[in-house]
Amino acid sequence: MSNEVLWLIIGMGLVTYLPRVAPFLLFKGKELPVFVQSVLKNVPYATLGALIFPGILLIGESIWYGLLGAAIAFIVAYIGANVVFVVLSAIIVLSGYSLFIS
Amino acid sequence: MAELLLQSREVPFRKGLQAGVSIAIGYAPVALTFGLLAKTTGLTFIETVLMSMVVFAGASQYMALSLISLGTSIFEIIFTTFIVNIRHFLMSTALNEKAEDDSLIKKALYSFGITDESFSVIATKDGVQKTGFILGVNIIGYMSWVTFTALGFVVGASLPHVLQESMAVALYAMFIGLLVPSMKGSLKVVYLAAVAAALNTIFTFTGALSTGWSIVIATLMSSVLIEVIEGIKRGNRQNEQ
Repeated sequence: MSNEVLWLIIGMGLVTYLPRVAPFLLFKGKELPVFVQSVLKNVPYATLGALIFPGILLIGESIWYGLLGAAIAFIVAYIGANVVFVVLSAIIVLSGYSLFIS
Repeated sequence: MAELLLQSREVPFRKGLQAGVSIAIGYAPVALTFGLLAKTTGLTFIETVLMSMVVFAGASQYMALSLISLGTSIFEIIFTTFIVNIRHFLMSTALNEKAEDDSLIKKALYSFGITDESFSVIATKDGVQKTGFILGVNIIGYMSWVTFTALGFVVGASLPHVLQESMAVALYAMFIGLLVPSMKGSLKVVYLAAVAAALNTIFTFTGALSTGWSIVIATLMSSVLIEVIEGIKRGNRQNEQ
């Protein structure tokens, strides 16, 4: 292994771990102001929104590919299916789409 | 009694492993592709697997590959990695409020495994989350990530192209699968996700912010904005009474 790549991996590992661990060292939990706590409770749902869009639009050559995947996942999830099933059905439908339609 | 104690420790861990199965499945295609790309970028098998073991952050690992092939300096790649992963600070802060009280060492240990996906699985569950549960979710995701990175390096190129392509949807489908059940029960969740999605899309397409910052700022703005609006609404209702 080249030294350069090793240092790169170590450096990347450190700067990735730092933001992950820092809040646990800085805050004990439950001592932040009520407003901040409420905002933090919102973070998971807002994060999910930002993680899905626009990323999913960019996975195929046209945005329709991603939108189709999003629609399938949404419908299957809405019916109340397990997350594993949501993931698999999106993959299967998109594979079928590439094979037979486009 | 000892057995009972042991059980009560093991159950959250096992539940965590179960809750993490969707992550393990979602990671498989992404890690396979990473392994494959790392090989074509010119990394050795050891380097590729080591990067997944030490960094454990998909987006930045992909970015590192494209920067390596562009001949970017190590310092720049590390700095970019930091920017891309700074959003974990927000997630860890939010998770810290939800996690059960435990020793700092245990928290420092499981915090290594906090990713967009494990955070989403843990944080969308109601109530206080046990250390064992968090550890379980993170460990099964980590094992999948590392294993499938190695597998991708070895066999990735022989997967059918159509499947390689469609597997790109896996993680997004998982995020949708996690978000939708919460959306059904709460209009607030719908607003939170929609506003953050819209802001992130605007920031990305206008090129106003890099991906790392864009997600952080969009998430923060949406979380604060919706909370403020809700506060004002609540205030109005109280005034009317």
